[in-house]
Amino acid sequence: MTHQPHTDNLGARLGMWLFLFTELLLFGGLFLLYAVYFKRYPHEFAVAGTQLNWVMGTANTVILLTSSLCAAMAVTAVQRGESRRAVGLIGGTILCAAGFMTIKYFEWSEKIGHGIYPGSAHLRGGVPGESVFFSLYFMTTGIHGLHVLIGCVLLAVIGFKITSGAVTAENYNLLENGALYWHLVDLIWIFIFPLYYLIL
Amino acid sequence: MTSNVQRSDATRGGFWSDSGKTGLTSWIFSTDHKRIGLLYLFSTFSFFLVAVVLGLLLRIELMAPGRTIMGPQTYNAIFTVHGVMMIFLFIIPGFPGAFGNLVMPIQIGARDVFFPRLNLLSWWLYIIGAAIILTSLFTGGGPPDTGWTFYVPFSARTGTNVSLAVFGVFVVGFSSILTGLNFVTTIHRLRCEGMTWGRLPLFVWSLYATAWVQILATPILAITLVLVMAERLLGTGLFEPAQGGDPLMYQHLFWIYSHPAVYIMILPAMGVISDIIPVFSRKPIFGYKMIAFSSLAIAAFGSLVWGHHMFTSGMSDTAILVFSFLTFVVAIPSAIKVFNWISTLYKGSISLDAPMLFALSFILLFSIGGLSGLILGAAATDVHVHDTHFVVGHFHYVIFGGSGFAFFASMHYWLPKFFGRRYAEKPAVIAWVLMFTGFNVMYFTMQVLGMEGMPRRYYDYLPEFANLNLVATIGSWILVTGLVIMLVNLFRGLLWGEPFEGNPWGGATLEWSTATPPPTENFAEDPVVTHGPYDFTQQD
Ligand code: HEM
Ligand SMILES: [Cu+2]
Repeated sequence: MTHQPHTDNLGARLGMWLFLFTELLLFGGLFLLYAVYFKRYPHEFAVAGTQLNWVMGTANTVILLTSSLCAAMAVTAVQRGESRRAVGLIGGTILCAAGFMTIKYFEWSEKIGHGIYPGSAHLRGGVPGESVFFSLYFMTTGIHGLHVLIGCVLLAVIGFKITSGAVTAENYNLLENGALYWHLVDLIWIFIFPLYYLIL
Repeated sequence: MTSNVQRSDATRGGFWSDSGKTGLTSWIFSTDHKRIGLLYLFSTFSFFLVAVVLGLLLRIELMAPGRTIMGPQTYNAIFTVHGVMMIFLFIIPGFPGAFGNLVMPIQIGARDVFFPRLNLLSWWLYIIGAAIILTSLFTGGGPPDTGWTFYVPFSARTGTNVSLAVFGVFVVGFSSILTGLNFVTTIHRLRCEGMTWGRLPLFVWSLYATAWVQILATPILAITLVLVMAERLLGTGLFEPAQGGDPLMYQHLFWIYSHPAVYIMILPAMGVISDIIPVFSRKPIFGYKMIAFSSLAIAAFGSLVWGHHMFTSGMSDTAILVFSFLTFVVAIPSAIKVFNWISTLYKGSISLDAPMLFALSFILLFSIGGLSGLILGAAATDVHVHDTHFVVGHFHYVIFGGSGFAFFASMHYWLPKFFGRRYAEKPAVIAWVLMFTGFNVMYFTMQVLGMEGMPRRYYDYLPEFANLNLVATIGSWILVTGLVIMLVNLFRGLLWGEPFEGNPWGGATLEWSTATPPPTENFAEDPVVTHGPYDFTQQD
């Protein structure tokens, strides 16, 4: 029996989409907690939200959107056979991600410097809703940041595969799935940003 | 062609030898779904056996009032580890992992699952998670003592090694998600020519529904477990009232996963039963469409009923009413299946071989479990029996009498096909009689004890419960005697028994049309399906 490896792009993408659902649901649990606790502590949440720096948040939103654009353009570039350009665009995505993580680093260390971190004496002594808000904030952005890092590694690997000719205009499933993953990371941030930085 | 390949294991053939690869690495790094299925079978079943021993120890402790063989702390640890192993290391990964892998790709006429390497990764993640759980028993503060539900606030405060155990469960959950997405993709994309959705064997339909539950529910478990770890390691306080958190939210998140998870445990079992009953009744299944549809309905409605575990936790009355109502709604598709199985049997030409005996007892035991579930689903009665041995009896009827017995049915039905040798029939029947008897003696008694007010999760009880507890413990010995006979018989038969050839039971699904054991690529020629899975007219 001849055995040709199946090249079913639709199937490969179906698998990826299913995986993305699971990621959405993972964050869904955190958003559910947010919804319930926001209903319980609307005032405390609003006050705590003003302590986050919306300028940095906005900057990060723009940066992530740009990175997603680069990722989408990398897919098009590979489809057209322009692999050097694609690698450059992937580099751009990773650069944006690095920028995002740097800004996050400053945001986090500023908060931690003020004694605001999960379980801190400051939060334990403060109003209950404030502690819940910041615990959720650190958990959600922390897990999101982890996803950013995983996405970077994934894209870097794919970048190398483009250079080595393993990902080409005929066979670019991996890149497409990598880009999908990256869009998901971006999408989740689009929810996090208003929920934590822009509460009225 | 595969049949010309020199066979190193002349007695078995098929996928055991046709790739020419042998040795341990040809198994633990294999991407062949049949080898992965057997890996899952041996690993999950090993945990089952360990957990059975723990269950026996629990029953021995309860044999008489007061301290019998262990103190309270040990008892707490043992029921926790028993539950964690049975749920997360045996029954959830067991069915899709072992029989889903072994049989499903063949039943849809595929050569493998869609993502074979991901499939191998699933097994490895399972093994790594299991190793972490095992490590957690012997390190840190010792085995967790929270119950398999890891309820806060106790799980956030206890000094036992909850964090590591929970992390192990997290890893196993990841494995479950990957199996789920692999199966959905496989069933969508790899059905062979002529294998329409209406001709899928019902086992495949049930795995399809199961896989969706695995995909949609498991991530919630993952985040819940991460939050428990954060609660312990960072002091996030999200479930801690003193910091504004709410322990009730933990229960919600936990059961949003864990109720659907009971369908991960039972749906594949229902699928197996739907495959076995027609074969041994020589009749097409009654109500094929309704059985397939009810699997999906169970998967869908089953995700909306988690609150029935929390009637006494302090939810609002409205929430209690809604969850109670929805619980009764999910009972309908389950009942549809039971009625369809019974109608299939009606006027069938029934032969009582071992797989059929296990399948028939499934119907009875599952029905008892399901009906007692309605007593728990009705808020008014639940308040009285909540957290008693009635609950323990109920869920053992469903997951052990249901899924467990269906697992045994599958072992007798399908394993000869994959080993090419068969077990002896008589010991199998004797084993079944003992297991069925012991099972009912133990768990029915436990339900009665619960009705009388004996709480669960205590190493001791009031003297008036002594007699029935002794009965239940004796039941556990009868059950385990049967289990041992079953295993010895299977083990001997599959290794050294009579050759098993062709299609002795006359199954009409695709796995019976290929060689025994199947070759690595499953079929010599890609099959073309021209009739339904229960159309036996083709054979006679
Ligand atoms: C011979 C077989 C078994 C015996 C003797 C046994 C015995 C027991 C006993 C006595 C308890 C209750 C402890 C208590 O609440 O005080 C228990 C709990 C439990 N069993 Fe089993 N069992 C067996 C098989 C199974 C199987 C096959 C499953 C699932 C697939 C299972 C799942 C559980 C679970 C989830 C709990 C609850 C643990 C907890 O409270 O956290 N058991 N078992
Ligand atoms: Cu439930």
